[in-house]
Amino acid sequence: MDRLSRIAWLYIGAAVAAAVIVVVKGPYAGLDWGQIGVLGLLLVACESSATLLNARNLAWSANTMASLAAVVLCGPVGAALVSCGTLLGIRRGPSIVQRMFNTAMYVLSAYLAGRAFLAFGGHVGTPGQSSFPGLIGPFAAAAVVHVAVNFLLLHGVFWLTREPGDASVRGGLDFKLWLTDLGYGAFGVLIAALWSVLGPFTPVLVLIPVFVARWAVAQFAAQQRAYEATVSALCQAVETKDFYTRGHSERVSRGAVMIASEIGMRPERVGAIRYAGMLHDVGKLGVPTSVLQKRGSLTDDEYAAVQLHPMRGLDMVREIGFLDEALAGIMHHHERIDGKGYPMGLAGDEIPEFARVLGVADAFDAMTSDRSYRGARPIPEAIAELRKWAGKQFDPAFVDAFVAAIERDGWTAPEPAPAGEPLRTIESL
Amino acid sequence: MAGRWYEPRGLPRHALDSGHWLLVAFAGLLLIWSVAATAVTGVHNVDAALAFGALIAFGELLRLNLPGDREAAPIATAGAMAYALVLRIGSEPARTWPSQVVAVTALAMLIGALPHLAVGRPAKLTAMSARLVAVACAAAAFRPLANAGLIGSRWWTQLPVMLGVIAVAWFLESVVTALIRTDALRARFSVALGDELRVQFPIAAATGASALLIAFAAEVMGLAAVLVFAAPLLVTQVALRRYAGIRATYLQTVRALARVTEIGGYVETGHSARVSRLAVAIGRELGMPEAALLELEYAALMHDIGQLSLRDPVPGGATVLVARDEQRRIAEYGAEVIQQARVLDSVADIVRRQSDPCRPDGRSQPPPLSSRIIRAANAYDDLVGSSTDSSRAAEAVARLRLDTAAEYDPQVVDALGNLVSPAA
Repeated sequence: MDRLSRIAWLYIGAAVAAAVIVVVKGPYAGLDWGQIGVLGLLLVACESSATLLNARNLAWSANTMASLAAVVLCGPVGAALVSCGTLLGIRRGPSIVQRMFNTAMYVLSAYLAGRAFLAFGGHVGTPGQSSFPGLIGPFAAAAVVHVAVNFLLLHGVFWLTREPGDASVRGGLDFKLWLTDLGYGAFGVLIAALWSVLGPFTPVLVLIPVFVARWAVAQFAAQQRAYEATVSALCQAVETKDFYTRGHSERVSRGAVMIASEIGMRPERVGAIRYAGMLHDVGKLGVPTSVLQKRGSLTDDEYAAVQLHPMRGLDMVREIGFLDEALAGIMHHHERIDGKGYPMGLAGDEIPEFARVLGVADAFDAMTSDRSYRGARPIPEAIAELRKWAGKQFDPAFVDAFVAAIERDGWTAPEPAPAGEPLRTIESL
Repeated sequence: MAGRWYEPRGLPRHALDSGHWLLVAFAGLLLIWSVAATAVTGVHNVDAALAFGALIAFGELLRLNLPGDREAAPIATAGAMAYALVLRIGSEPARTWPSQVVAVTALAMLIGALPHLAVGRPAKLTAMSARLVAVACAAAAFRPLANAGLIGSRWWTQLPVMLGVIAVAWFLESVVTALIRTDALRARFSVALGDELRVQFPIAAATGASALLIAFAAEVMGLAAVLVFAAPLLVTQVALRRYAGIRATYLQTVRALARVTEIGGYVETGHSARVSRLAVAIGRELGMPEAALLELEYAALMHDIGQLSLRDPVPGGATVLVARDEQRRIAEYGAEVIQQARVLDSVADIVRRQSDPCRPDGRSQPPPLSSRIIRAANAYDDLVGSSTDSSRAAEAVARLRLDTAAEYDPQVVDALGNLVSPAA
């Protein structure tokens, strides 16, 4: 958010102005300020424990819980006041403008949720035994409105401040996230319901499961990062065997992700193809180094050994449970559209989609990097080559997508290999 | 037979384990007694029994696998605990007898386990029994007090008692589970209990708090509390499940990728898997806690990664036969690779020190226990391989014992000896 367009400024300004009007206008009559204070503290606690999501500038917190409780206990204006606590959240990251916008967003969501609660016949105040189950309907309406307003406002600001070609905008605003948000919203009605029995002790009890869930989500994210780093480190270890292919897996993985995002694959599949790219050549480890680096043409036996590598790779990663689609990609990444590839000689649509994507990225990286028997080709030449073989070796749709992505985002070709760099062997370590 | 640790999944399992059956039989008796007692007294508040029963069955259906071959059913446990602790449902005081709480919980758990059985996932009777025992303990302690009206009428008198009951029940469940695991895994009880408490703590906290929430909410909301409450804990459960899932995938992936050395012809097929199983068994025998065992397993799986730096594989992959300096270079390079993963620094350290002799020449610290274990397990596997010949196993142990003083840790070799040729 370094440079905002005028329209983005207008949008944010309008949201903040609307929020200020809601808060200032009141009416304040009949509000229990002690209750608002406790709920405000709860909201600050939630906001302070926000987790960063993988997408750009997107963090998620359990604020919905506190503001929906306030909707029931204090009404629309009270809920709006409680949501002002967003401004006080103790966390690093958001700039002043972001904080302002987030606060305005929560104030508006809470206020409109409060109006929806009233419109559906809900009564503001501490619920007693007679309020249930009649309260559930209006509360559900309020929760849906809260999540929807939040979603729309956030989507708007993302759309207005997006950088060209930023695919994470769509990926970040994940549907599941809003479902999770609704789930946390349901805590709101528990807080409201328990207020008459447990009083201000309620938030303490409610926060425990929430913090456990946050803990699990944080552990999940950490484990996922660890996972990625480990797979990539092991792939690099495999590549040390052949200096010329160093970084190849990483680049093929990047290229495959570019194609996959360009054609609008779902985020889970993009994630899977990233791993497929990293792992697509592990089977090469079974091919003798002398064959991989041979200058000149291969004998039949040597060629057979090379052709075996997708299957050997498959053998190895087969046990990794989640990789189903990636497995097909690894196994078939040397198939050709015209059926002249290996190991199965599949043609056209028989070749799994992942394999066709990997094939394009793999060939492109092979052309643009040095090999023991030839130097790297410039990118335009490699693109021309991809185009030339589209429909014979490659899937034309993926070639087009790849070329479009490269022309927009560029491509970092590997550093040329220094002449005479020896292999890292036990003697030279 | 060469040893128990050759069993397919790595963990020794005794099909007819006495502790396990004792627990299951006890739970079965509880079920029979509680159902009979409830039949005699009649069911108090049928609606509540059905509502809580439905929640418990639903929670049992959504049970969760946790790291370390554990199982939890947070929603079921929270529902059952809430049923044991509830004081009023709407305006009506809850006067449920402990036997009814146990009967509803046990039957609901069985119903929830049925769909799993139908798709061929057998119930983990031990875990279910331990959960039932914990609930029974809570109900037996709390219900008579509550039914006699001795808990007071305000939350500051009720809450401490409920918290105490939940804490005791959780501790009891952990003790029971740890006893069973001690028996089944040849672990030490104190270590197993520590692991159990550590792993279960976050879940127990969430479950306990949710049980309290629902018990109090039932007073205001009536049985709607059961419905509304299910959604939030579901969120916690989803997060936990994703976490447990990626942890399992991580281990699977390291297991698979550690085989690069086999595919490349550097080591004999199955070597990494065997060494890691043996190393974990030794570590457990020596009383290592679970977190350390996990690191040991990773390190053992990847202990030969450094061989990828060799242009030509060592004949047969037997690093025990190559010179000390080369062993050290391989270990060093392996550690470098693992360090690149940034998150496994202690694993990298274990791999780096694996080639150091147990008793160093006075200049440096002795290698960590995990490194000493891998060193012995690796040497043993290089000598024995996949053979299941018991005389060969005994010979290999004898050879390691001869070297003991300088090369291998005597304590580790003793543990290894116990594992591969248990004293008759």
